[in-house]
Amino acid sequence: MKNLISERIADFLKNYPPFNLMDDKLLDTLSQEVSIVYKEKNSVVFSMDENPHPNFYVVHKGAIELSNTKTNVIADFCDEGDIFGLRPLIAKENYRLEAKAYEESILYAIPIASFKPITDSNPDISNFLTESFASNTRNPYNKKAKITPQESPYNIDTGKDIILTDFQPVRYSKRIVSCGPRYSIQKAAQQMTKNRIGSILICEKDLPIGIITDKDLRNKVVTGNHSITSSVKTIMSSPVVTYPKKMTITQAQMAMMKNDISHLILTEDGTVNTPAVGILSKNDVMVSLGDNPAVIVKAIKRARKIKQIKELRKSIMVLLKGYLEQNIPMALISKIISELNDTCIKQVIHISLQKMKTPPPVKFAWLALGSQGRGEQLLHTDQDNALVFDDVPEDLLPETTDYFLNLSKKVTKGLNKIGYEYCPADMMASNPKWCLSLKEWKNKISYWIINPGPNQVLMSSIFFDYSLAYGERSLLDQMSDHIFKSVKKYPIFLVHIANGALQNPSPTGFFRQFLVEQDGQHKDFFDLKSRALRPLIDAARVLILSHSIKGISNTWERYEKLAELEPNNQDLYLACSYATKALLKFRTKQGILHNDSGRYIELEALTKEEKMKLKRTFKAVKEIQDVISIRFKVSNILG
Amino acid sequence: MSFFSTSSNHPSFWLDYANLFKQKKSKNFEELVFVVLDTETTGFDKFQDRILSIGALKIQNNIIQVHEVLDIYIRQEKFNKETVAVHGILKNSKRKRVEETVAIQQFLEYVGDAIIVAHHASFDIGMINMALKRMGLPKLKNIVLDTGTLYKKTLIKSYLVQPQQHYTLDDLADKFAISKKDRHTALGDAYITAVAFLKLLTKIKEKKELTLKNLR
Repeated sequence: MKNLISERIADFLKNYPPFNLMDDKLLDTLSQEVSIVYKEKNSVVFSMDENPHPNFYVVHKGAIELSNTKTNVIADFCDEGDIFGLRPLIAKENYRLEAKAYEESILYAIPIASFKPITDSNPDISNFLTESFASNTRNPYNKKAKITPQESPYNIDTGKDIILTDFQPVRYSKRIVSCGPRYSIQKAAQQMTKNRIGSILICEKDLPIGIITDKDLRNKVVTGNHSITSSVKTIMSSPVVTYPKKMTITQAQMAMMKNDISHLILTEDGTVNTPAVGILSKNDVMVSLGDNPAVIVKAIKRARKIKQIKELRKSIMVLLKGYLEQNIPMALISKIISELNDTCIKQVIHISLQKMKTPPPVKFAWLALGSQGRGEQLLHTDQDNALVFDDVPEDLLPETTDYFLNLSKKVTKGLNKIGYEYCPADMMASNPKWCLSLKEWKNKISYWIINPGPNQVLMSSIFFDYSLAYGERSLLDQMSDHIFKSVKKYPIFLVHIANGALQNPSPTGFFRQFLVEQDGQHKDFFDLKSRALRPLIDAARVLILSHSIKGISNTWERYEKLAELEPNNQDLYLACSYATKALLKFRTKQGILHNDSGRYIELEALTKEEKMKLKRTFKAVKEIQDVISIRFKVSNILG
Repeated sequence: MSFFSTSSNHPSFWLDYANLFKQKKSKNFEELVFVVLDTETTGFDKFQDRILSIGALKIQNNIIQVHEVLDIYIRQEKFNKETVAVHGILKNSKRKRVEETVAIQQFLEYVGDAIIVAHHASFDIGMINMALKRMGLPKLKNIVLDTGTLYKKTLIKSYLVQPQQHYTLDDLADKFAISKKDRHTALGDAYITAVAFLKLLTKIKEKKELTLKNLR
């Protein structure tokens, strides 16, 4: 029987091939046979050599990773609307790949028994399936049908003729910015700036006749050889080098090298006699290769939709994996990755701001809190953030607050979309308690410092690691100054947060054995975060606050600064700095291995050497806790 | 009806239903059947108002079978103009509808001894129990889970943040990024509740083993 849920399934399916080729009645009937399957992150849909399921799958929400677990090669990622697990439909064999939920996913399982008659009677559908099965590109026309050129400057064109599967098809920009040959150079340059691009195409009657790049402007205009009022025709490179759009990354690289150019024009048939359909810059090629942070940054800044940023974050993970494998120093890795994550966040805020009907009424700052604020967040974790805006007259406060709450809701939603989980304690700028004017924040901070109960201490420990993610730095500085002034006035606060720093559970037991979790999903795992990392982070915060040092929120940088300020404790502080980095690297590696936050470690899986390394860092944890306990006389006052 | 009215007075569909509960529930969580339920009603008064429609679907081992859903509309004597704005069910729209007694019988056959899941379950269960009472039947015997309560369990316990007293289905849909397109139809709400329930199970599993006992 047709019902609301089957209708929704049909509504969804009809946007994607091969279901878009089916007539509505058939699709309705098919939709009633579907099962909806919920898969939590990292759960397996089917494994290699498993007997075929009676159905194949369509991704409704989330993402599925297809991989060969024997060779450890990832074959494909399937997103919304992609089909996978077609093997039982085509051949009666066991699965050759493993399908695993890369994110939490909802799948539609389409029963083969009901689908088979449809394919048999409709050659278009069966062609599509055979082709997509054979070419290993799961959806030969999907991407093209889904995104029109206006919507997306970046586009994966999975050309269906590609046989060399090891050569990825290149991503190129379909958003072509062009002008006529009689345009002035100045006007053309303005166009380029506006669109943030390094080249502009010169077209006559829709056909590409020349191109101007940044280099042309520098060499031919800025040198004074041509004036900015002369026409673009006088300086353009002509004729343009054109190629067909179905290119692999390698082919594109070769073409650029051969012609010594940085931009390829892609036309319908590959000659100058047909209109341009895309433009491919060296930068695009680099993004496709995904091995250069600078190009990723550039691509993020050009993103106009949150969805594109999500794609780019995948490249960031590839980069991170590479760095860890090459054993690049942790401080450097985290700098680069944090920078990239920051850029993503900035762009999300930027996009959200443009969605607002009016510009912000006053200056504001978006604060990253917790690990993100400390610049220690390498893997996707929860989002902790807050917003501060400049003071306004009392009567304007409600509507100003409303504006920023609205903005915050958009931003947190966007961040969630690109992979940051919502904070389970709701410490986010979309919460009215975390979206305040400067004055309100100052009052709140004063309250925490004057009344340091356990909650206030915990609040401030999360909050005081803030850093600027977007907006006005001066607002932040005023807040920092206020904190230091208040702490000076009420030094007892330091004792309380020092006490807080000593509350974390100890990493090892009496016999120097690891202490593991007693129950829950992580039973017998070692909690790296609360038993080892957090004590170091907390201690650094207390010490740096007691020295009134502004603007350093990263833990190892704090220890380095402390080593400078207290030469007699230099050895210990440097050991702590080292230990923090080592632990973070550990956590990141574990996280990548298991596609999670890396917080819990399976001790069995560690080598002897790794265990030794871990234990060495615990020595620093123990010593720094002793220093704090003595220095802030925690036991005297609270005992 | 006298105090001694025994079960033998009850119609056979009730006896069939009641008999199912003699068996023990499986210890294996994957084998448990959950029926996620939502009712649309003429209002919020347990005594005055009536059920307009019942939507329900079954989950077993994280899978929902689309052809196995329940979507019943009930013929009305009573009609409350004010709530039409919420659920859009008019008294005499053309949809096929059945008598309340028939609807309840169909529901009992559908739900069996499954575990019922609903958002703010006490309301929906209360409405069904009232309908059962009008038929001279005892209350539902099923185990009931409330997604509102389950959601509160997943929130971090700390004094920092006072959890709200109530979380609406809209709150949950927002938190879990579930589309709200079919909100305020019984089956649509049941589906949103079902997806939220599955996501909640994943969250709860992070902290403790999934057993029925740990959810109650």
